[in-house]
Amino acid sequence: MTAQEVRLCGLLLQEHFGDVVENVGTHLIRNGVLTLRALAHETKLALDLVKKSLCVLVQHGMCTFGPGRRGPAGPVEYHINCEHILHMLRYPRYIYTAKSLYGDTGELIVEEILQRGQMTMSSTVKTVADRLTHNMPEGQSMDYNEVVSAFSRLVETHFLQRCPPMASAESSGTGSAETPPAVTQPSNPESHPDCYKLPYISLSGHGKRRRSSEDGEADQRAAKKAKTDSSECGDEGIHWQVNFERFHLHFRDQAIISAVSCKLDQTSGEIVRTMLRMSEVTTSANAAFTQALSANEIFRALPSNYNIARPILDQYLTLLVDDPMEFVGKAGDSGGGMFVVNLHRALANLARATLESVVQERFGSRSARIFRLLLRKRHLEQKQVEDFAMIPAKEAKEMLYTLLSENLVQLQEIPKTPDHAPSRTFYLYTVNQLPTARLLLQHCYKTVGNLIERRLYETKENKRLLEKSQRIEAILASLQATGAEATQLTEVEEMITAPERQQLESLRHHINNACLRTCGVNRSKPTRTCKLLTEMAVEPPRAQTSDLLAVRLDSSENQVDETIFLLESYINSTQASR
Amino acid sequence: MAGMSRGRGRNQFTFNVDALGFGRGDSLPTTTHTPSPLFPPMQFQPVPLHTGEEVEYMLALKQELRASSKNLPFHIRAARTKRDVSRYSDKYQTGEPKNNTIEWSPDWSRLPKELCIKVRKPQKTITGTKQQLKQRPKVAASKEDILQKLETLEKEEVHSEEEEDEGKKKKQNDDEEEEPEVEEDYDEEELEDETDYIASYFDNGEDFGGDSDDNMDEAVY
Repeated sequence: MTAQEVRLCGLLLQEHFGDVVENVGTHLIRNGVLTLRALAHETKLALDLVKKSLCVLVQHGMCTFGPGRRGPAGPVEYHINCEHILHMLRYPRYIYTAKSLYGDTGELIVEEILQRGQMTMSSTVKTVADRLTHNMPEGQSMDYNEVVSAFSRLVETHFLQRCPPMASAESSGTGSAETPPAVTQPSNPESHPDCYKLPYISLSGHGKRRRSSEDGEADQRAAKKAKTDSSECGDEGIHWQVNFERFHLHFRDQAIISAVSCKLDQTSGEIVRTMLRMSEVTTSANAAFTQALSANEIFRALPSNYNIARPILDQYLTLLVDDPMEFVGKAGDSGGGMFVVNLHRALANLARATLESVVQERFGSRSARIFRLLLRKRHLEQKQVEDFAMIPAKEAKEMLYTLLSENLVQLQEIPKTPDHAPSRTFYLYTVNQLPTARLLLQHCYKTVGNLIERRLYETKENKRLLEKSQRIEAILASLQATGAEATQLTEVEEMITAPERQQLESLRHHINNACLRTCGVNRSKPTRTCKLLTEMAVEPPRAQTSDLLAVRLDSSENQVDETIFLLESYINSTQASR
Repeated sequence: MAGMSRGRGRNQFTFNVDALGFGRGDSLPTTTHTPSPLFPPMQFQPVPLHTGEEVEYMLALKQELRASSKNLPFHIRAARTKRDVSRYSDKYQTGEPKNNTIEWSPDWSRLPKELCIKVRKPQKTITGTKQQLKQRPKVAASKEDILQKLETLEKEEVHSEEEEDEGKKKKQNDDEEEEPEVEEDYDEEELEDETDYIASYFDNGEDFGGDSDDNMDEAVY
């Protein structure tokens, strides 16, 4: 785990689960595997707090446990799963995908399971039905069967999977009679044959509407009742979790389709979408390309509202194969032509496009030209770079040296003589795509960490003013709703003092120009957000402006996460193929 | 020969001078006296953020998730550190649970046994006194019973080892059974906040009068 990843994991744990879990989590990440006692000793927390934190982490699948080095008789060791923690950044995207595919019901199911880590089917169904009923108009309620059907669809398409069962350690061998097997070890979820099998539950009813007059105690009672009821439904012990891999495959497919649509046109995008949909079940997760599909099959499987003739489809397929992006490849001639989608190559090309856009946005289009040249031609001397890029020597030199100092370009020495004399050595500039992608990924992690920290700082600094302005707005809104007089309204508005208001106005003007600059941390600028924010914040920021800032920072986090996903997929695909 | 060539080749460099980027007579770039600025001015402005319905919705989702995760039982707060004096209002102010409870019930079969925190449910204060009263005579009664049993055992037995052992075992068993009850009893007492008569309040008077000095001239440190 790199330092930036550890920092980001710590910030995410702190946001969602509090300081205690963050402390425990970061210690586990830094030290690898630890036993409970060692962890308590290192974090200097009370043992009960450490136990609670570990329960939370295991519940959410972020921590695994297993027999330690001393075998099943020894203490249990805990091992943290960093990728799972980093997936927390992407929760909104998962929920939005579920919404777009399966509607509000699917969205709420995925949201509940994500927030609680693991849930049984019956408890999920009940909670989701209650939530949906709450949002429905008076008198209607959500039937459990609809929620069950949405759940089943999610499981059939593998978006949800069963939590792996615990394989109990052999206790007969240890001979310790006083304690039952203390160590149960989880196995890989996919290895379980019933991974996607729905349990038979007897669940019928409607969602219960929560009256607004009930207070929290009633909810707690209801919640406790729900928990005890689940044991009657027949699916005890079968917990479901979100299958992140499946979501990632879906995002990858979306990225490829949108790239094809942007580069060629909508119809080509649809053709590629059809091909990917047909090969969803037959292709394994890290395959380099999909199963070969014949043009006849593709023609039959196209959606009916796309009335393209067969020869036109053939032309589109030929275009796709000839495109330099190499999304689609031809694998044979039978059945009108066998076509595959080159998944790994598509990912590599998307990553390359990301790198090129980063260089373009940070250093200008001429530096980007040099970068693309080096990507294509692999190794070039300085003189050759100047010639091929058609840039005057002095500027080309400067740009090359800037790129070199940022580690985006590397220098390769090829000596002519054994004594490596500088006058008799070739110095070649080169770009390696994979290490550069890794570098950029670390920059992205650092960016998101900076964004989170800045947002926390902003909200903390201006908590007082934020709350005050929100209260005033609420009062104003309620007064207007009840039809108050103008005098009352002005009185309330005057609660914001004049100097505050003046600063608000001036800074709102300032921020509308500067905020775009500051928060445009899309793919390029790791630490520049913070830099520009301090540059622009000459006057101390005020409530509404910092609120805007916080919103923009939030939005930036989501968008940097898209780049993170792309680069991570590319790097994982290269590792898989090795 | 190496020394002699140094004289001849004094003005030659080991590398191609043109590659440096400036000629012989040009002035060198100005030296820097300070480290480079922490936030250098940006040459190129960043790209504006994406906007759109999808982006807005995901943003709203993110904020909602963050807010709601603070209310879930998974958000663990450390117990508030004790301030200088324990105040009466602390009893009414602690919304935070005590350390040894877990607010949600996980599936304990999926977690290692050592993580299971034995939850001793504190008796509710309203019914606490009643239960305590009930239990005290119970405990007392059981103590009496045990004592009676022991006495009868002693009377009955004819000093056989087995009976002695049995008695000891019984005693031990009873003691073991008694201990958790007794412990519970004491814990209840401590958790019981109805009365002010806390065990530690009792002052046995040892400190009083021990510090009195007849010589008040000496300074008291």
